[in-house]
Amino acid sequence: MEVRHAFEIASSWILIVLLVGIPLYGWVKGVKVYEAFVEGAKEGFNVAVRIIPFLVAILAAVGAFRGAGAMDALAKVLAPITGPLGLPAEVLPMALVRPLSGSGALGLLGNIFATPGLGPDSYAGRLGSVLQGSTETTFYVLSVYCGSVGIVRYRHALAAGLLADFTGLTASVIIARMLWA
Amino acid sequence: MNLVFVLLLVGAAIVGAVRGDVKAVGQGAFEGASQGVTLAIGLIGVMALWLGLMRVAEKAGLVEKLARAARPVFRPLFPTIPDGHPAISAMLLNIAANMMGLGNAATPFGIKAMEELEKLNPTPGTATNAQVLFLAINTASLQLVPTTVIALRASARSNDPAEVLLPTLLATVCALTVAILAAKLLERVWK
Repeated sequence: MEVRHAFEIASSWILIVLLVGIPLYGWVKGVKVYEAFVEGAKEGFNVAVRIIPFLVAILAAVGAFRGAGAMDALAKVLAPITGPLGLPAEVLPMALVRPLSGSGALGLLGNIFATPGLGPDSYAGRLGSVLQGSTETTFYVLSVYCGSVGIVRYRHALAAGLLADFTGLTASVIIARMLWA
Repeated sequence: MNLVFVLLLVGAAIVGAVRGDVKAVGQGAFEGASQGVTLAIGLIGVMALWLGLMRVAEKAGLVEKLARAARPVFRPLFPTIPDGHPAISAMLLNIAANMMGLGNAATPFGIKAMEELEKLNPTPGTATNAQVLFLAINTASLQLVPTTVIALRASARSNDPAEVLLPTLLATVCALTVAILAAKLLERVWK
């Protein structure tokens, strides 16, 4: 608890320093801060609109995939293999959803915490916690960042991102097994 | 990406058909589509705020200063970016915001970084090595303290909500190392 509070306070202070410090510094340096701010902010709307098609494409496909129950089906097939390796059937769906949807994975983690017999201090709860914090929503990151500049050919970005997720997953399992199994 | 897109859709249709619930497939797609728009629209405010501040920082010479200060760290990773280029400061700000868990600021800085890197891109529409490496770094979760997870654990009455902190950091470092290595090694193969 202590760590989190100290960290949150530090984060808030950094935010304030940037928010106040940049305009103040600019003003001291003789920049027409208000005009410059508005000029830059104009871009915000265009960028958001530019990424819409990219986000719609990936999120619609992911939505269809999850809606069909393909995640659960995949989890059922993989569970007998991953279970003995230290990735139990309760956590597997979360691991599969994580690169596709951050909020989806967080919801599944909440389910693990709320399940009687599991909870946050169970092996599954601890593994899920480490997993959530050490992997990223790769598909979202790629569609937003590439979409903002109109990149459609990602080259090895997807492979590198998914490899990073897979490494995060593997490392989480190994660490969880050493500490809590 | 073309293959992934088709695989997700075809996979959805097949599983939906086998399970006898084709309706859920369409519904999922529509929900995802509107979610995409909601997410993008929700970004407008923070995006405008941070891009406005970025412009002020640029005009004050702060962006260039930051880029020169960060040069020793970024040089080996991004050798093709000229010294003092605004792409470096945008990437630095994005990574710093990610580490501090300031997601609201991280995305606008990341987009700014992609835009600056795009100015150096001889092949618009195709990601450059520098862009892929930057994306790879961003797909490893960089947050130093996973505040959301710890808060969720605390609300679920964990005996020690923060015990996952160091394990998470360790797993993150592994993921980040592989992300950077993969981006660097695959760039020669994947033209």
